[in-house]
Amino acid sequence: MLPPELLKEGERQMTICNACRYCEGYCAVFPALELRRNFTKADLTYLANLCFDCRDCYYACQYAPPHEFAMNVPKLMAQLRTETYREFSWPGIFSGLFRSNALAVSLVTLSSLAVILLLVWLMKGPNVLFGIHLGEGAFYRVVPFVAMTVPPLIIALYGLAVLLVGGLRFWRETQGQLSEMISLGALWSATKDAFGLTYMKGGGAGCNYPDAAFAESRRWFHHLVFYGFLLDFASTSVAAFYDHFLGWQAPYPFLSWPVVLGTIGGIGLLIGTSGLLVLKWQSERAPAEAKMLSMDVAFLVLLFFTSLTGLLLLAFRDTAAMGMLLVVHLGMVAGLFLTIPYGKFAHVVYRYAALVRYAIEQRRVHAGSQ
Amino acid sequence: MREKFSVDVLVIGGGNAGLCAAITARRAGARVLLLESATKDFRGGNSRHTRNVRAMHKAATAYLTGPYGEEEFWDDLMQVTGGETNEHLARLTIRASEELGEWMPANGVRWQGSLRGTLHLGRTNLFMLGGGKAMVNAYYDAASKLGVEVAYQSEVRELKIDNNEFLSAEALCSGTAREFNAKAVVVASGGFEANIPWLKEYWGEAADNFIIRGTKHNQGQMLKELLRHGAKPVGNPRGCHAVALDARAPKFDGGIVTRLDSVPFGIVVNKEVKRFYDDGEDFWPKRYAIWGGLIAQQPDQIAYSVVDAKALPLFMPSVFPPVKGGSIAELATNMGLSPPALVAVVDEFNRAVRPGAFDPGSLDSCRTEGLHPPKSHWAKAIDTPPYYGYPLRPGITFTYLGVTVDEQARVIMQGDRPAKNIFAAGEVMAGNILGKGYLGGFGLTIGSVFGRIAGREAARYVAS
Repeated sequence: MLPPELLKEGERQMTICNACRYCEGYCAVFPALELRRNFTKADLTYLANLCFDCRDCYYACQYAPPHEFAMNVPKLMAQLRTETYREFSWPGIFSGLFRSNALAVSLVTLSSLAVILLLVWLMKGPNVLFGIHLGEGAFYRVVPFVAMTVPPLIIALYGLAVLLVGGLRFWRETQGQLSEMISLGALWSATKDAFGLTYMKGGGAGCNYPDAAFAESRRWFHHLVFYGFLLDFASTSVAAFYDHFLGWQAPYPFLSWPVVLGTIGGIGLLIGTSGLLVLKWQSERAPAEAKMLSMDVAFLVLLFFTSLTGLLLLAFRDTAAMGMLLVVHLGMVAGLFLTIPYGKFAHVVYRYAALVRYAIEQRRVHAGSQ
Repeated sequence: MREKFSVDVLVIGGGNAGLCAAITARRAGARVLLLESATKDFRGGNSRHTRNVRAMHKAATAYLTGPYGEEEFWDDLMQVTGGETNEHLARLTIRASEELGEWMPANGVRWQGSLRGTLHLGRTNLFMLGGGKAMVNAYYDAASKLGVEVAYQSEVRELKIDNNEFLSAEALCSGTAREFNAKAVVVASGGFEANIPWLKEYWGEAADNFIIRGTKHNQGQMLKELLRHGAKPVGNPRGCHAVALDARAPKFDGGIVTRLDSVPFGIVVNKEVKRFYDDGEDFWPKRYAIWGGLIAQQPDQIAYSVVDAKALPLFMPSVFPPVKGGSIAELATNMGLSPPALVAVVDEFNRAVRPGAFDPGSLDSCRTEGLHPPKSHWAKAIDTPPYYGYPLRPGITFTYLGVTVDEQARVIMQGDRPAKNIFAAGEVMAGNILGKGYLGGFGLTIGSVFGRIAGREAARYVAS
């Protein structure tokens, strides 16, 4: 349930925006809100997830505080988004993880790490953990192949299922028909906007992030994180293919696809996540929502340490540090994947769905005006 | 002992005109101090509420749908002012406006396509991305990078002028009295529309019920000072641009969102539930300005716009929800009007409506017959519940009274002699060019063009 006072505040602010419309050129939120006269829960949910938090509208707003209208659209949207993530997540019992997300993510990750360490210690002993392992299958001598593949697969599939359910709930909530989703044109348009981060461009101006000055840094750091993540995903997929179909076991040579893709992706993630963390650290708090900030920081820190431990593992895989590094890295990966459906990662699903809805709406408007 | 400061060019007022002057004077090498009476949050005067600037251009651009030449621009100006303009200064402004499309972005302003619902301005006016406050932010940024000093919460109280020469300005800076000496001064401090006692001199007690659309800082203190020192006035002192606003708007700084475009799509009554003017006389933008004045003449300066459900989607949504009623009588009750009286007025109106082809985009053939006052266009029976009403009050956008300037933006003093080092730009001199009426985005044009001239000439005077 979205809090009624938040819905009321959302309706109030959107009504003011709709009577003003000066920010129309910044992003998709304003053209979308202009198609509406009333702002129901469904409308607010949709608009909030179209917002990329660029904050241009906040600094351009003649009605921002201390004006008595006290307009603060980025903060409002962030509040609505945190509620969206919680409301659409599944099962309900876990939705509390969104409340103190940084704490939840830290606890889950540390517990995962502790469990893995304990299991390796108990089953393999310190000699294996602190020994030097070389050649094909070296990693599996510390953590057996089945343990390294089956639980992550289950966790990943579970996360995917939760996110899919969330996405479907979002689609239904925003009054979408299932059949509408299969509009190739709209999907293409939304994909372009997602992969290019169109709405972090602020109509050519960039984001007002971390402060009132326009900057492109946030978009580029986000690109590094996003494409870094995709490269690491590709690396893992190639490795799985090598292992399963070609029978080549990790570790792979430095000049192999899994290592090259993983290294580039990992470096991208390191730079991207640290860049975004610095920007968040510097960012003005007035247009920010504390709960969202905590969610952002938790996810970025976890991504950072996942890549860092991955790269360290690569660098020291031929030494006695390999065992511990592997355990720590797997702990991070487990924490990351366990919390994917209950943290900032969820924005990928809702934002994309909102972009698809936007593309469908705008195509309808253009078709209507011709 | 008050603190004393000394600069080359003192700019009084940190709205569009003052910023253009400060930037231009600084680029020309002068040491510039800009005094802004508002806090940083509310800086920019009425410019923070603007959204587009009218500019001449020979051909369509990425942001403008077609050409807009000098003659057409001039004709538009003649139409709204009825000739109350100085042709020399007006044509100078129009011609110089051609440079704004490049000059403004060179100083940080960004353009966008015209907003939805304002397509009629898409050919003639350039729209600032994010609107006026974004423009003001960009200019403050540009000014500070160039080395212009800016002091907020600094309100000039008095000008020392001797023999048509500016000597110094006395200001209250966050409560501290300071004196600023400068070799030249640019006065860009707007009109007096926020000065209710001054408005009362012309409007009487009615002015208490006026809503001021823009900044509360436009008190006209500098205008008063210049006139006291013998500056030649221009423009009708009674004149102000007054539109119909939602009566629930804040007293100051409500800006664009409190305007109401419902008038042509229904009827308007006063608190005695009488219609008082042809609600369908002309298009809303063109007749925009007369309704403020009309309502100012009604008892208690209030009126009520009444429409029905079929009219609601025809105008831009208002920031305040309309008062609603399932019947006309219920609507009247909810608005605090006499139900039988409103029912009678609506019935009489509905009976007088003649069939016609309804077209909100033209002066259509839907009119009344035998009704006084008539509704000449867009007259449709008010018969589809629910019914909606908006309370209306006069909203003052700007005042016309100003000081006379020459083509170098120098203020003309007694005996038609230009002041040595006193320049004026923006609303304080806009009456030279726009003596009457209103032309969308033209206030910014005058402010930008004369701000640049004033900055250039002030720097030139300092250098000489």
